[in-house]
Amino acid sequence: MNISNNLSSFRQIHTYYIRRLFKTSLLVLALSSFNVQLINASELDYKLVAEPVGKGTYVFIGSTKYFSKQNGGNIANAAYIVTNRGVIVIDTGSSYQYGKQMRAYIESTTGLSIIKVFNTHHHPDHFLGNQAFKDVPIASLQGIVNAIDSQGEALNGNLYTLVGDWMKETEAYSPTEVVTPGKVTIGGHEIEIIALDGHTDSDMAIYDHTTGVLFAGDLIFHDRTPAVASANIQNWLNSISQLQKLDYKYLIAGHGPVTTDQHAMLQTHDYLSWLHDTLENALDEGLDISEALQLELPERFSALDILHEEYKRGVLQLYPSMEQAFFN
Amino acid sequence: MTNSKILKKHSVIKQISSLKSGFKIILSFWLISSVNLANSQPLVDPLDSPSWNLVHKLILSNETVVFDDRVKVIVPDMAEDPMNVPVSVTVDGIGEIEEIRLFADLNPIKEILNFHPGKIEPFIAFRFKVQNSTPVRAAARTKDGVWHVGGSWLDATGGGCTAPSLGRALDNWVDTLGDVKSRLWSRADRPDRLRFRIMHPMDTGLAPGIPEFYIETLELKDKHGELLAHIESYQPVSENPFFSVDLESKLFQGIVLTGRDNNGNLINQVLQ
Ligand SMILES: [Zn+2]
Repeated sequence: MNISNNLSSFRQIHTYYIRRLFKTSLLVLALSSFNVQLINASELDYKLVAEPVGKGTYVFIGSTKYFSKQNGGNIANAAYIVTNRGVIVIDTGSSYQYGKQMRAYIESTTGLSIIKVFNTHHHPDHFLGNQAFKDVPIASLQGIVNAIDSQGEALNGNLYTLVGDWMKETEAYSPTEVVTPGKVTIGGHEIEIIALDGHTDSDMAIYDHTTGVLFAGDLIFHDRTPAVASANIQNWLNSISQLQKLDYKYLIAGHGPVTTDQHAMLQTHDYLSWLHDTLENALDEGLDISEALQLELPERFSALDILHEEYKRGVLQLYPSMEQAFFN
Repeated sequence: MTNSKILKKHSVIKQISSLKSGFKIILSFWLISSVNLANSQPLVDPLDSPSWNLVHKLILSNETVVFDDRVKVIVPDMAEDPMNVPVSVTVDGIGEIEEIRLFADLNPIKEILNFHPGKIEPFIAFRFKVQNSTPVRAAARTKDGVWHVGGSWLDATGGGCTAPSLGRALDNWVDTLGDVKSRLWSRADRPDRLRFRIMHPMDTGLAPGIPEFYIETLELKDKHGELLAHIESYQPVSENPFFSVDLESKLFQGIVLTGRDNNGNLINQVLQ
């Protein structure tokens, strides 16, 4: 084939323009919905109420649905630990508004200030509230910091499209401190930072040895279908096996209710291994992606919220890359 | 025979003859209504698209059309990745299909692909690019020249936190241009299948300063060089297109894919 090298640079410019066009249209969409809904700004209240987890730990339980203008992106769990020196926050929600409201709730109910914030991974429903904590050290693993640096603004743009006005003034704000795996003592709590992956390229779980509470981030979903948009399923399954070894009293999943047993771990593991095997089989049998999208889902997963929706999203995301591997 | 039996027999004959005339009436009604259906202008578009009349004219040259749900177009409810929207078309129970045209009413480039199934099944699946929410339709032409049209709405307003094209690396696409990878499946419980992927940028020409660069034609030929099926593809077919088609496994041996893009680059590969 006779292709000049010029085409290579054409191609790069092309991709650049496509991305720019895409971003611009997202911005236009975001701005237009912003203008229309501005009147309702005072109603952007997430009505956050934290529930206690044992003694001294609290969690804001989010919806188990997908992002919508109704839930304002409040679909994940954010938690905090009350120590004798101040409050440790784990994940900051989906928007600047969420972060501000969360912070106000914590400060008014505890009378304490916030001394540390952790981000469990780079997904927008877990870190976009960071902006409300700019005066506090925000800590995460290097991989998560890198992911927020590189993808944060794009993910923020996507949420503007999905939840609209709730995102007003929200910007991606990266963690300010890099932590390494291992134990640290904060406010008298022995906190273990656990570096894992699989839900994303870098996931952080936090185990509070003082209270026995495990903050699993999105490595565990409970009664909610696991989101696999950035997943490596094999690695994720390995990470769950690691977490299963911990002797926790309470498990706070990234999405869904708090548990004290292994149920949520087994549920997440079961769905992910089923999904992996099912898509591998589909490829083996020569199914096109549009056929894989229509496969029947086992009855045992009916407890998982938004099962069909999240399954389809997962197939759309995973199948093309599995095909590339299969055909190479 | 007793009198009562004769009476019974008589009434049965009567019933049959009235049934027959009823049938005739129904049949003639049906003929009249189907003729009306084919000729009446305008047709009622089941997808209620603002541009049905336009695509009827542009894509199908205002030829005779019936909306027919035996032409099944399957797209996801939501285009998570607008650069890669899976679509499949199945035509079942309308007899021999000469051509299937796929198009999206509201896309900047409406034509997606024309498929001439020839000696293979009237089924094709692949991925395409979409700019916004639009009906996605397939029109299947039978031997009598009538286009049977089916379709679905595709919602493409989202994007979510899943936009994968953001992280997609640019590799050395020139080196692999036109490369084909394929697999064939003999399947007991389903039609036999061929899947093939062609490396090609499939540039739309809509981005400023970037010329269109896309595969225009593809042919499947048997080992004797006889044409089995052919495709005319357009710019909206996704980058590095990936096709699934169904054909009998006895045709597998020595099957060849040939093709050409709008710059004259050729594709020629024995499939296995
Ligand atoms: Zn996540």
